[in-house]
Amino acid sequence: MAFLRNNSLLAARSAALAASLLLAPSLSAQAVNSCLDCHSALDGPLQVTPEKFSQDIHTQKGLTCVSCHGGDASSYDPDQAMSRKAGWKGKIDRKQIPQLCGSCHSNPAFMRQYNPSLRTDQLDQYHTSMHGKRLTAGDTKVAVCVDCHSVHDLRPPSDPRSPVNPVNVAKTCSRCHSDAALMKPYGIPTDQFANYSTSVHHEAMAVRGDLSAPTCTTCHGNHGALPPGVDKVQNVCSNCHVFQAQMYGKSSHFKAFQDKGLPGCVVCHSNHAIHMPSDAMLGTGPTGVCMKCHAPGDRCDKARASILGNLTQLDASIKDADQSLRLAESAGMEVSEARLTQDQAQDSLTKARVTIHTFQTALVDADIQAGMKIAAANLKAGRDAMVERNHRRIGLGLCLLAIAFMLVGLWLYIKKLES
Amino acid sequence: MIAALIRWLDERLHLDELIAPFKHKTVPRHKLSYWYFFGGITLFLFMIQVLTGILLLLYYRPGANEASESVQYIMTRVQFGWLIRSIHSWSANLMIFTAFVHMFSVVFLKAYRKPRELTWVTGVILLALVMGFGFSGYLLPWNTLAFFATKVGTEIAGQVPLIGRPLMIFLRGGEEVTGATLTRFFGFHVAVLPGIVVVLIAIHLFFVQRQGMSVPPKVEAEWIANPSARREMKFFPNFALRELMAWYVAMGVLAALAALFPWNLGVKADPFISAPAGIKPEWYFLFMFQTLKLIPSKIWIIDGEVLGVLGCSLAGLLWLLLPFFENEKSSRAKAWVTGISIFVLVYVIGMTVYGFLAQ
Repeated sequence: MAFLRNNSLLAARSAALAASLLLAPSLSAQAVNSCLDCHSALDGPLQVTPEKFSQDIHTQKGLTCVSCHGGDASSYDPDQAMSRKAGWKGKIDRKQIPQLCGSCHSNPAFMRQYNPSLRTDQLDQYHTSMHGKRLTAGDTKVAVCVDCHSVHDLRPPSDPRSPVNPVNVAKTCSRCHSDAALMKPYGIPTDQFANYSTSVHHEAMAVRGDLSAPTCTTCHGNHGALPPGVDKVQNVCSNCHVFQAQMYGKSSHFKAFQDKGLPGCVVCHSNHAIHMPSDAMLGTGPTGVCMKCHAPGDRCDKARASILGNLTQLDASIKDADQSLRLAESAGMEVSEARLTQDQAQDSLTKARVTIHTFQTALVDADIQAGMKIAAANLKAGRDAMVERNHRRIGLGLCLLAIAFMLVGLWLYIKKLES
Repeated sequence: MIAALIRWLDERLHLDELIAPFKHKTVPRHKLSYWYFFGGITLFLFMIQVLTGILLLLYYRPGANEASESVQYIMTRVQFGWLIRSIHSWSANLMIFTAFVHMFSVVFLKAYRKPRELTWVTGVILLALVMGFGFSGYLLPWNTLAFFATKVGTEIAGQVPLIGRPLMIFLRGGEEVTGATLTRFFGFHVAVLPGIVVVLIAIHLFFVQRQGMSVPPKVEAEWIANPSARREMKFFPNFALRELMAWYVAMGVLAALAALFPWNLGVKADPFISAPAGIKPEWYFLFMFQTLKLIPSKIWIIDGEVLGVLGCSLAGLLWLLLPFFENEKSSRAKAWVTGISIFVLVYVIGMTVYGFLAQ
């Protein structure tokens, strides 16, 4: 270790000498940062290039190496620059990192001068997180600020290149949480990212670029990251799925799941691998969820079958009406009114699928019947338009026939006249 | 009964004197006589436009919040409303087409020559006005395509040097295409343009009746060489009955187009959305639109679009004055005019096809 340290010091001294010789003429012209001048010439983890450092939000706001590491950046003498007397801290101990970041970020008066809307409770939240609790207990393998936010090229979360930008959060968490060796001592699974990658939430975020779609921190929190408790899952999901949560909260399943200690929404929809819900979830096939708890033929199985049948029927009716209207439109018929109400039928189907969370057949059926009525009217509108088209063609045929008769009559009359 | 009524009117109005010229009027009869029908067909289609336009007026409501809905009402609720609107739209397009055919037939049969220069001038002005009907009428259903076509069209008008901007503001009724533009275009379409066009048609027909039908130079030469080959027919009833047959054919084509391809309503205009990709004007403006598109944005220090608009305006003016470039005695001038006419026809058709195919 001593040998390595001596080597590093030697390299630093050489780099400092070279930097001082090269940069001496320009020193008077600009602010001196001997830390960066030397460290840019180093290799490995000690290297910090001006390009990298210039990307850091702290650099852009006027902070320097000294702000975190202390020392004297104006001196090219390593002994002076990295002198304990000058407050040099060296590499910050992992245990000290949250405290160091918090020294500014938990100070509202200090932060206000840079970004008055930025929260200043990150450190307090961190202490409540599993990461923070374990760090306090002496576990330095847990995540600290720089593990998620990066260091020396720390960008604001709004920057798409930031590891904590919503698009990158899952990948950032997975760096540790998908590492089986790292997670082994904690006994927690490592398939969260793999599962999340198949989910509808990931698709919304990564494929459709919807930054409001949930990622790890949306459900677990960021600085105060903890898995939501079994009885709190509904509260987490309800942040976005308001109606479903309200209906579920009043349903018979709510109490039943609570009594059995089941994690609400997750029971049917899973947690990380939340797939696009489909009517097949009400079925008895591999994606069916009801029959995992209910017995075939019981009251609930009958209700399930009834709701599934009605939903399937409404879906088919909407498709039939859609095809009928498309046919009429392709024949040039005007069916825009029916086309407009077709959206209402689709809304009724969506509403019925949401109402399922009440687990009351009558309420779901009311929505389904409203949609069925509209779909039936639209199917009729499409068919009527095609009948009307046929009438028009017959009318055209008769009209053309009359014109042909007139033409022949006129031609014969002209011939007679001119003969 | 009818004869008695005619006699009764004749005693009072002396109708015989009015009809007399038509009884004596003759029409040359030769292998190219069928080109004479296109002027009449255009007139027939104009009458259809007036009739169907009046019927549409019973239900149409000009206004950004009502126009699209009222056309939808006409198409879906009014008895035979779909037919009236489809006929009006198809007839408008057919009328512009037959007006173009009529114009080029006049050009190639040399019917614009002395003494028919003024007939030609009124005819070309009528074609421009008919295209104005098309431009103003296209906006009236207030759908997305019409909205953006009007926006582009009025922007092009705004490129005319000096008067461009005031002209654009006058056409739009403000800086942007809004409900005020729609009301204004409605006024042009149903009051201003019909008034001018009816007067000009009357003058055009008066000239035609006064000067009689022109005979193509080649046919005329044959007839001079062989006077016994000269053929004529009475305007009434012989030519009039043939014209009637042509009108029936036009009616049949119109009925078939209206019934088989009803004119669609389009999506109601939304000024806040961006223009649909690859938007194009109606086919009769396409050759000009494509020309403007092909001109570079800057030619030397002059703006390409300004140059294009000036070029098109100048070409239109020269076309209007076509008969005056021909010298009766100079066969060289005649050859030039024929060459330019062929070029114009090929250019208009070529650019229209190119405009259709271009992305």
